[in-house]
Amino acid sequence: MPAPAAAKSARPARPIRVVLAKIGLDGHDRGVQVIARALRDAGMEVIYTGLWQSPEAVVRAVEEEDADVLGISLLSGAHMVLMPSLMADLRQRGLDHVQVILGGIIPEEDLPALAALGVAKVFTPGASLTDVAAFVASAVRG
Amino acid sequence: MAIGSKTSPYEAWRAALAQSAERDTSLTTVSGRPIEPLYYPAEPSDEFESQVGWPGQYPFTRGVHANLYRGRLWTMRQFAGFGTPEETNDRFKFLLEKGQNGLSTAFDLPTLMGLDSDHPMSRGEVGRLGVAVDSIRDMQRLFQDIDLGRVSVSMTINAPACIILAYYLVTAERQGVPWPKLRGTIQNDILKEYHAQNEYVFPPCPSVGLVIDTIQYCAQHAPQFNPVSISGYHIREAGATAAEELAFTLADGFHYVEQTIERGLAVDDFAPRLSFFFNAHNDFLEEIAKYRAARRIWARHLRERYGAQNPKSWMLRFHAQTSGVSLQAQQPEVNVVRVAYQALAAVLGGCQSLHTNSRDEVLSLPTEEAVTIALRTQQVLAYETGVANSVDPLGGSYAVEALTAELEAEAEAIFAEIERQGGMIAAIENGYFRRRIADSAFLYQREVDAGRKLVVGVNAFTEQGGKIPILEIHPEIEQRQNANLARLKTERDAAAVSRALDEVRAAARRQDNIMPSLLEAARQDATVGELVRALADALGRYNPAI
Repeated sequence: MPAPAAAKSARPARPIRVVLAKIGLDGHDRGVQVIARALRDAGMEVIYTGLWQSPEAVVRAVEEEDADVLGISLLSGAHMVLMPSLMADLRQRGLDHVQVILGGIIPEEDLPALAALGVAKVFTPGASLTDVAAFVASAVRG
Repeated sequence: MAIGSKTSPYEAWRAALAQSAERDTSLTTVSGRPIEPLYYPAEPSDEFESQVGWPGQYPFTRGVHANLYRGRLWTMRQFAGFGTPEETNDRFKFLLEKGQNGLSTAFDLPTLMGLDSDHPMSRGEVGRLGVAVDSIRDMQRLFQDIDLGRVSVSMTINAPACIILAYYLVTAERQGVPWPKLRGTIQNDILKEYHAQNEYVFPPCPSVGLVIDTIQYCAQHAPQFNPVSISGYHIREAGATAAEELAFTLADGFHYVEQTIERGLAVDDFAPRLSFFFNAHNDFLEEIAKYRAARRIWARHLRERYGAQNPKSWMLRFHAQTSGVSLQAQQPEVNVVRVAYQALAAVLGGCQSLHTNSRDEVLSLPTEEAVTIALRTQQVLAYETGVANSVDPLGGSYAVEALTAELEAEAEAIFAEIERQGGMIAAIENGYFRRRIADSAFLYQREVDAGRKLVVGVNAFTEQGGKIPILEIHPEIEQRQNANLARLKTERDAAAVSRALDEVRAAARRQDNIMPSLLEAARQDATVGELVRALADALGRYNPAI
């Protein structure tokens, strides 16, 4: 049944690879840990880089892990400073194809600017695990 | 009771009550009905006497005071801090003017992590989640025109807590306030950082050593100041259940007690000043039971295990904060209602001070309007609902007493599990706490996802939510803070700073109490970042496995 879809896809048939990271100094990792488990349960390969990452370090991890998706968790309010730098780094390294999702405390006002930076989706508190997993799957598989 | 016989617990409570002053507001119902200070069975059973007992008496299930809020209401302490010290100073004055009677200071992430505002990792974070404090000068600006001899100040800081305490003591000194007059609390609970909050710098053992230094120093020099607030709040926020919050927090408390005794202090010389900080979450009866169980467990362990003789050592006093993680971005006005119920649970559970979250904290730091509603929520509770007119009004409820006993038993089972893991430090290092908390968080989220737990506005009763105003932190704060820091570095005596830092490093290596060297370094304008680096040279840094 999946054969025609697989044939159309350029990417090898392997599980979706997701790098999850927290950038900045914020240590609240409940959200990212829960998302990591939910995506693993959904059959994806998840690499969590841990706390206190710089945008540069995260982009290196995306490259090294050949990730399809980068999920950033950020609750400190520093997203409008750190995300532009992260997105620019991704572009510079030729990683434009990587789908970037952002989760955390993100005011609605900032959503258009984040979309303009190329962030595929922002999940705010209350987002369901099923929705996150479904979005990641559809963003990668199309 | 026959003449010459020992005073019964009931008589002792009556006597304590007779000596307690009452508030001068009417302690009757809205309809004018008098309310008894305490309700209790006509013929208390032995079990009632030993498990529930009388307020202000061992095992303190019913509270730490004979008349609780009939005498004095809890301290209404809203957590505040953002931007530069000047901006937070303005917010402090605003809150004091609105009737708040204690201050609670939130520091920004760079300060919490022991970094200066000009550190590369501080970019974008300066003054954002709290106030930026880099040096003694910032601390003086923070409390400008606020008399530290009159206001009780709480400070939420952990890894660099001993440094911030040194800044605070020097600020008081420069205001002319003698340290024995200082009232307040420094959170200074590093153990829960390894379990949950992740704002640690040094490895667990030397970090606990720094906490013990502050307990020892305050016991000798600032006896009215609480040198540690043993915190379950963050453990719960990270996903722990009520029983895990209760047990992990008390286990942390026991560890501090053991380590301080090991340092050579007598338990009664410091235990009365240990304070606690719990979460006030959504499940009303479970939360009330949690606080009552906490008091009972602490009292038993302090008396029976650690041999404390002073009843003040047995008393668990606590601050509560409503649950930040329970707030929802959808229909944010509904958060006001959540906060009100959570605050009611904290008060029915006998808290000594309370922070009510603002409706917008799921989106940003609170606006003045939102924090005013949060404070008014406490004032309505205190002055209109009547729940402060009797002590432990739910005591004796079958449901509440049963839940209290269940939580107590579950906590005892967790203490035994921590022992099996090899004790506190081993259990931190092998990931026991973090694993349990992550499991609980995941199970809860799965229940919400499956619709087995309903959250209004999220998976039930959803609608397109209204928007509320949010507080913006301007990026120029970072530049202003860094300009102040650069000025400090040119104005201070660099050689004196360097000598002071050497002495901090040397004192840490010698395992001397760190406070005298930190106080001197604070006076010389050494920064938080410099002092943390000096300490890390001696103590190392902690990098746990993910």
